[in-house]
Amino acid sequence: MIGDLVAHHQLEASLGHQVRGDRVCGVAEDHRLETGLGKSSSADVGVEPRAVFGNNGSPWQWTHVTDCSTPRLEIVRHRLARVAAMNLTADRITEGAAIEVRDLVKHYGDTKAVDGVSFAVDAGEVFAILGPNGAGKSTTVEILEGHRQRSSGDVAVLGLDPATAGRAFRDRIGVVLQEAGIDREFTVREVIDLYGAPYSTRRPTDELIELVELSEKADERVARLSGGQQRRVDLALGLVGDPEVIFLDEPTTGFDPAARRRSWDIVRNLTSLGKTVVLTTHYMEEAEQLADRILVLARGSIVAEGTAAELRSGLDTDSKITFGLPAVDEPLAALLDPLVGTSRGRDRRLEILTPAPTADLAHITAWATARGLELESLTVSSIDLEDVYLQLVGEPEVEA
Amino acid sequence: MNNVSLLLLHIRAQNRIFWRVPIGAFFALALPVVMLVLFVALFGGDEFTTEYGFVSRAQFYTPALAVFSAASATYTNIGINLATRRDEGILRRVRGTPLPPWIYLGGVVGSGVYVAMMGTAFMTALGVVAYGVNIELAKVPAMMLTFVVGSAVFAMLGVALAAMASSASAAPALANATLLPMAFISNVFVSFEGEAPSWLVLAGDIFPLRHFALSYGEALSPFSDAPAIVWERLGVMLLWGLLGALVAWRKFRWEPSVGSSTTRGRRSRRQR
Repeated sequence: MIGDLVAHHQLEASLGHQVRGDRVCGVAEDHRLETGLGKSSSADVGVEPRAVFGNNGSPWQWTHVTDCSTPRLEIVRHRLARVAAMNLTADRITEGAAIEVRDLVKHYGDTKAVDGVSFAVDAGEVFAILGPNGAGKSTTVEILEGHRQRSSGDVAVLGLDPATAGRAFRDRIGVVLQEAGIDREFTVREVIDLYGAPYSTRRPTDELIELVELSEKADERVARLSGGQQRRVDLALGLVGDPEVIFLDEPTTGFDPAARRRSWDIVRNLTSLGKTVVLTTHYMEEAEQLADRILVLARGSIVAEGTAAELRSGLDTDSKITFGLPAVDEPLAALLDPLVGTSRGRDRRLEILTPAPTADLAHITAWATARGLELESLTVSSIDLEDVYLQLVGEPEVEA
Repeated sequence: MNNVSLLLLHIRAQNRIFWRVPIGAFFALALPVVMLVLFVALFGGDEFTTEYGFVSRAQFYTPALAVFSAASATYTNIGINLATRRDEGILRRVRGTPLPPWIYLGGVVGSGVYVAMMGTAFMTALGVVAYGVNIELAKVPAMMLTFVVGSAVFAMLGVALAAMASSASAAPALANATLLPMAFISNVFVSFEGEAPSWLVLAGDIFPLRHFALSYGEALSPFSDAPAIVWERLGVMLLWGLLGALVAWRKFRWEPSVGSSTTRGRRSRRQR
C-alpha cells in the first residue's frame, strides 16, 4: 500500500489537471495497463480495474487502489506525462491492446527462427524487441507487418490478422523496413507524395519533411542523399499515412552516435503523438532510451520482458568490481575461486559481476593486502545495461 | 484517392522515372531510330521481295523497327525495371502500403505502353516523312489495334520476365537473350524473302514478335486492302499475353531474392 501511495503522489504531480477527458487510465486485473479516454475504458475490455482515476466532476481521484506494483505505475506516469504534454483529446487514443501475439512460431526448414513467442503491446506504448543478430526480431516484426507468413500461433494487430488483412489493415500501420529501397529518381517531396497517395488519412508532405529534418533537401533527388538522409526519408514514408501502429526495424543500425541521437529525438516525437511504436534494435541503450517496455529475444525465444528497471532488477547480480591485475607469480586460483560472482579478464583488467559486492570486495582486498599489492584503479559500480543485456542473451553479440 | 486516379498517378510517376533514366530512354527510343537510318543507308532504297510484296527497304524497316521499339519499351524495360526494384526492396516497400498491387503493376505496364506508343508513333512518322513510307487513313485503325494488342502482350511478357529472372542482374541478360534472337527470325532485322529454312519460319511463327511485326507492316503495306486486320496473328499474340499473365500471376514475387547482390551489399554495409 505504501508503494501505491507514493506512486499516487507521483501521478498527481506529473498529471496536474492538463489531461482532458473523463477517465484516463486504469490498471487491470491482469496487471496490464488500459489507457483510454471516455467513460468505458475498463468496461470495454471486460476487466475490473484496480485503479482508475479521472476527472469526472471532481478533480483527479484515485479509487480502488489495492495492488499496483510500482513499475507498472511508472509506465502509467510516463505515458500520462506524455499525454499531458501533448494536450491530446479523446479521439487520439485507442483503447486496449494494439498487438497480441501468442505462441508465435516461424521455421525455415528445420531451423526455428521464432520459437513460441508471446507478448502484448498496449495502444500508445513504445515497445522494443531487443536481441542480437539472428535472434528472430526482424522475423517477428515482419510477421506483424504482414510481410511474412507465420508457421503457427496467433497474431492480432489492431484486432486484425496481418496474414490475411488487406488494404484496410495496411492503411492503419506504418512500416519502416530494414531493407527497403526508395525510388532514387524521385525527389524527397515527390516520393512522399507518391507513397502517401493511397492512405485514407495522411500527413501533409511539408510537415513530414520538417519532422525528419530534411527541409533543405526536399527537392533533391533521393539518389543524391546520404545514407542517413535516406533513412530519414524511410521514416517519413512510414509515417505518411498517419498510422496507429508504427514498426521500426532497426531504425539506427549503422548510424554514427550523433545521427543516432537525432533519430531518437524523432522517434520521441512520434511517441508524443500517442502512436503505438514497435521497434527492433540490438542496442540496449536505444531500447532503454525509447521504450516503455523491452522484450529480449535470443535464438528465437524470449529471455526477458519488462521495463529497463525490471530487467535490471530481475538479475541477481547487480554490481561490478574492476581493477588492474597486478603481476603475480602464483596462479590466480587463490583470488578467483572463493569469489561469489563471475569474473572475466579484459585488457589486463579483471571484471567481476557479483550479487555480493561487499563479500567479494573484502576477499579481493584481503588477498591483495596479504601480498602487499596495490590494485590499480579499483572500482565498484552498479552493472550497466550492456552487462545486463549480455548476461540475458548469454553470449556476446555475434558480428556478421 | 480512388483507384482510377491512383492508377493515373502511378502511370505518370513511372513515366517520370523513365525520362530521368537516360539509358532506358536510349535503348527504347533512340536505338531503333538509329537502326532505321543505318539499315536504309546500308541497304539502299531498292525494292525487294518481302512477305507483303515487293517494297522499298524503308517500307519494310519502318514498321519492323517501330514494333521492335514497342517491344523494347515494354518487354525489356518492364522486365528489367521490375526485377531491379524487387532486389532494391522497392516492391517490398510498396507491399507494406495500402496501394493495391495491381495498381502498382498497372502503373508500370501503363507507362511502358505509353512509352512504346511514343516510340512507335515517332518511328512511323519518321518513315512516312523522311522515307516516303506508304500510309493510308483507312488502315490507321488496323495499325492502332495491332499496336495496342502487341504492346499490351509484350508488357505482360515483361512482367513475366521479371517473375522468371532470379535477380536484377539476370534480367537484362534474359531479356536480350530472348528478344534479340526472336527479332532475327521475326521479320524485324531481316526479311525472310521466302527463302529461309522452314524450321526457322516455323520458329518465328510460334513466337509473338513476328506476328506483331507482320500485322503492323500489313497495315502500312501498299498491297493490302483496308482494314488490313490479320485476326490469326492477333490471336497468336493474345495467347502469348495470356501465357505471360499466367506466369506473372503464379511466379511474381515482391520480396527481394535471397542473397541477391543488392540486398547482400546493403546488409554487409549496415552490419559491417
